[in-house]
Amino acid sequence: MFEGYLQIALFVVVLVALVKPVGIYLARVFQNERTFLTPVFGSIERGTYRLLRVNPEGEGQDWKQYARSLIVFSLLCWILLYLILRTQGIQPFNPEGFHSGPWDLSFNTTSSFITNTNWQYYGGETTLSFFAQMAGLAVQNFVSAAVGIAVLAALIRGIVSRSGKSLGNFWQDITRIILYVLLPISIVGALFLVSQGVVQNFSDASVVHTLSGGTQILAQGPVASQEVIKELGTNGGGFFNVNSAYPFENPSGLTNFVEMLLILVIPASLTYTYGRMVGSQRQGWAIFAAMFTLFIIGVVVVYMAEQHGSVAQHAAGLHTHAFSGSTGGNLEGKEQRFGIADTSLWTAITTVTSAGAVNGAFESLTGIGGAVPFTNLGFSEVVFGGVGTGLYSMLLYVILAVFLGGLMVGRTPEYLGKKIGAREIKLVSLGVLFTPLAVLLSAGAASATELGKRSLYAGINPTGFSENLYAYLSQANNNGSAWAGYTGFVQPHAPGNAGSYGISFADLLGGVVMVTARYAPILFVLAVAGAMAGKKVSPAGLGTMRTDNPTFVFLLIGIVILVGALTFFPAILLGPISNGLTGSLY
Amino acid sequence: MTGGLRKDLRTGLIAIVAMTVVLGLLYPLAITGISQVVFPGAANGSKVSVDGKVVGSRLIGQEFKGKAWFHSRPSATGYSGNVTYFGNGGPNSAELRDEIREELAAYVKQNKPYDHSLTREDVPVDAVTQSASGVDPDISQANARIQAHRIAAVRHLPLAKVEELIDQNTDGRSLGVLGEPGVNVLELNIAIDKEAPLP
Repeated sequence: MFEGYLQIALFVVVLVALVKPVGIYLARVFQNERTFLTPVFGSIERGTYRLLRVNPEGEGQDWKQYARSLIVFSLLCWILLYLILRTQGIQPFNPEGFHSGPWDLSFNTTSSFITNTNWQYYGGETTLSFFAQMAGLAVQNFVSAAVGIAVLAALIRGIVSRSGKSLGNFWQDITRIILYVLLPISIVGALFLVSQGVVQNFSDASVVHTLSGGTQILAQGPVASQEVIKELGTNGGGFFNVNSAYPFENPSGLTNFVEMLLILVIPASLTYTYGRMVGSQRQGWAIFAAMFTLFIIGVVVVYMAEQHGSVAQHAAGLHTHAFSGSTGGNLEGKEQRFGIADTSLWTAITTVTSAGAVNGAFESLTGIGGAVPFTNLGFSEVVFGGVGTGLYSMLLYVILAVFLGGLMVGRTPEYLGKKIGAREIKLVSLGVLFTPLAVLLSAGAASATELGKRSLYAGINPTGFSENLYAYLSQANNNGSAWAGYTGFVQPHAPGNAGSYGISFADLLGGVVMVTARYAPILFVLAVAGAMAGKKVSPAGLGTMRTDNPTFVFLLIGIVILVGALTFFPAILLGPISNGLTGSLY
Repeated sequence: MTGGLRKDLRTGLIAIVAMTVVLGLLYPLAITGISQVVFPGAANGSKVSVDGKVVGSRLIGQEFKGKAWFHSRPSATGYSGNVTYFGNGGPNSAELRDEIREELAAYVKQNKPYDHSLTREDVPVDAVTQSASGVDPDISQANARIQAHRIAAVRHLPLAKVEELIDQNTDGRSLGVLGEPGVNVLELNIAIDKEAPLP
């Protein structure tokens, strides 16, 4: 396991080294300052403002105006994407002649991609044209990521603003985030991925006659350009059904490393951006420390569990110890080139963030290893989390921790010199509890009724329970990874996708959950930002609770675990932990 | 308020159309254009040819049956390159236990006649578990070394020669540290077939 831990350590070192420079850069983007890319993109930026009739020197929007622009824009995105999916059959770049999507599946997919979830009830290479992938889904991979980051920028401005009610301008924020952050990294990243073997073309699937006399059809497409933003924007929806396990998405240990970095770099660096913008780097590092602690515990647990192997393998007489030339461990549903360590690390990364891209099969994880993705999602994606979404959700927990800490010492809670009042705490509580509530209600409804059973693959047992629970955990947290036996779309692999149909119940419930669990918290966060904006700042005194020391980090971790564990522990016990604790098979 | 709403609708509409054109068309088309010029081999699937005929991609594993070839890892999808899905064998699945048991027995039965000391305990995990992609191009070095005995006997090659070809077709860890070493099955079989063609 030494080589495995070495790779994990290397990843951590590179990530931490990137946090400061990227964090500073992101702060410059948020604060409308010049960056080294301004000479390249400055004229496009100004052109965009003219096109959108946005005045970059203007007053900015208060929280209600900011929220309205965001909601209107998201609604328009929803309508356009739905139309693209429903009319796929008549669009260009469709060499396989795929039919248009059914209404219920398209509802789910549309809701999934505008919310940065990328939950997929379809298999990309057997369902979607290149046009739908590029001009439909990949556009939303950029846009939904930018929206999440913009909400964070607005919240930070609200926290630091000492006068006025402005949170910035939504249109300006998404323009700058896309132009200066997402697009440049994507261009460089996509070309790098192509150089390593990720495909990028518009060819139809080519039939080859294999070496030993068979045939194989190799699906093609503009994969690299979508792969990079799928990771960078913590979206996660694969071009291919098996996602980043497929060699054309992720061909080597090196691409795997780079893709993992792409997933985590923005969520991790934003903590530094935060410290810089609130004027105290220690505040940012404190949040980073809390996130990092919870993250690394998950990595070690899943790695140890996967290296041990599974009950079914041992029952079959397979020896899962590592020896010279073999990784050992639970390699079921994993790729040889990634082995146990890199698949485990990826599994933790993709579930603490809201990426949800996978490089191995979650349903084949060991019981205890599988409990890690569940737990990470149970933390409501505040451990790094999605781009922007992770930190803004974590800041709700920070305010909650300040409030609880204030109760303990008997003082009016203050955060960064601003008094936290009843209104803020009500909004924070709603924001914190909305997602867990959405998970429990939807997963409960699906597992308690006959309608939910149609989606199960593993049947009525702990693995089947896991499939169902994870489906709604993943969708409500806008993650998108899956216990992939679970389905909402029946696809008989017919040419052009003929005869396929959606499972309406799963498609609709999931779609509604994704949309509400994305936008309700966003509105609560913006309302909190609005309530904080312009508040008087009082100087810190002797009795002020510090929010930048180890004690606070410990308190914050405790509250994240408490809320996550109290909410989901019983359910997780019935699923993966039951698998992990029993030696029996079913 | 309604004026603000109308303005948002207008701005939003222009924004999403512009973004679709730039991010959804210009960006992927530009990446494709550059890739096709700079990395034509990689951008089109890293195809490998034998005598001028394409026989597959070095990144996509394919099915090899019979005694004369190195075998790829088990696949849930029949090594499909255009319909991919996970096998989804759960950790406590009795069905998975049965599948692995059968794979294990078949692997030992096929290779033991050539490698007499082979027992179930020596079988590396990659040889009997399904890969994630269904088209894992690699097998472990231990797996290749066991199969080498069979290939050497069937192809009438010295074992040392087969092992040399295994080493030549092993992709080490990227940059020496990242990922796991793997033996590329397609490239190895091509090399073997060139060294000692089937009659």
